[in-house]
Amino acid sequence: MAEMAEGGGDSQHKGKKRAKKSSTRVDMTPMVDLAFLLLTFFVLTATFSKPKVMSLIYPAKIDPKDEKVDQPKINNAITFLLSKDKIYYYSGQFYPVDKPGPDGPTKLEVTNFGTDGVRKLLAEGNKYVLSEKKIYNSQLKKKEIQDSTYLRHLLEAKKNKKALKVLIKSDDKATCKNFIDLIDELKIAEIGVIAPVDLMPQENELIQAKIK
Amino acid sequence: MPKIKAPKGSPSIDMTPMVDLAFLLVTFFMLSASFRSSEPVDVDVPTSISDKIIPENVIVVTIDVKGRVFFNLSGVESRRELIGSMAKKYGFKMNKDQEDKFVYMTTFGCSMSELPAYLNLEANAQKKFPTLGIPCDSTRNELKDWISFGNISAVNSGITALFEAKSKGLTPNPNDFKPKFILRLDSKALYKDAQKVIDVFRDLNLNNLNFITSMELAPI
Repeated sequence: MAEMAEGGGDSQHKGKKRAKKSSTRVDMTPMVDLAFLLLTFFVLTATFSKPKVMSLIYPAKIDPKDEKVDQPKINNAITFLLSKDKIYYYSGQFYPVDKPGPDGPTKLEVTNFGTDGVRKLLAEGNKYVLSEKKIYNSQLKKKEIQDSTYLRHLLEAKKNKKALKVLIKSDDKATCKNFIDLIDELKIAEIGVIAPVDLMPQENELIQAKIK
Repeated sequence: MPKIKAPKGSPSIDMTPMVDLAFLLVTFFMLSASFRSSEPVDVDVPTSISDKIIPENVIVVTIDVKGRVFFNLSGVESRRELIGSMAKKYGFKMNKDQEDKFVYMTTFGCSMSELPAYLNLEANAQKKFPTLGIPCDSTRNELKDWISFGNISAVNSGITALFEAKSKGLTPNPNDFKPKFILRLDSKALYKDAQKVIDVFRDLNLNNLNFITSMELAPI
């Protein structure tokens, strides 16, 4: 392009008549502007349009005809009770007022969805899995174990007796956001056993009393 | 003595390579972009740290703010099979036009009795169609039929796709072709409405569910 614009010097020497050449350079700035605008648009839409999914395996439904199957004994479990933008919990088994356990009837504790609420609570409760994960992570970094081994170890740790198990119950006012937020926190804390179950009437009474 | 002059360079820069690159990228992103088809219902999904991308062969059940239930199945072939089985079960006659419209439609949410009227509408009018969503209570559980028939046709089309991939000499993972069940919940929808739908899935012994969420940064 540059040669074409500066050309014309030679032709004068040979005395040939030629049409006067105007510069062939085109101002490309507007085109470049447009190109980059489009580029930015497509880059942004391409990255943000793909929705993500979070998987959750529900426990299989127990056939009501199987009377022998009773509630499995809960070891090292915590139960979360959801209401609208509120979250309560108790650990271990539920003891109603008329059948108190060793520490009397179950009392609900209140917490919140923030980092110093549920997240801290779960990190404390699930110390075993989180510390195991740290060990495997450093092993993985040093290439002592492979990816598949890492995942297997992690899965085993999550199924271990010492790992925290979580039950989720929600009342009529809880929103889907509350539920998904809680599941998200559980995934962050590497909880292996998550069981969303139905709310018992006694528990509902406790929640309503707590809200008042 | 002549002064030494700095050579007068042209102040314009040759932008050709930059433009070439820009247009190359524009073309790439334009061709690779897939636009989201317009949905008849707007849903504001909650956020999570999950970075799993939505799979291919899916059944999506949407629950909006008012707790209405909507259904969608991916794949043209599976949809044709699905509407065939549903029409048979509900003794529902429809012409070729209506069938094609259903096959190329996306999410919908109406009862079987409303479906012919819904299919006759244009896409813009469908969005305003007054409906209570797909009935899924114990007396009239149409959602259960949609899911179970949808599952059958999705499994079939998954098997076809698996064989196609195998015939091309690939070694695909059969799990990638199995239908996945996805719930698109609105943040403000009540969980008890979602619970009804989840129970329908669990009654059909489909326990592995996925929730659509938008990305949120994971804590370090």
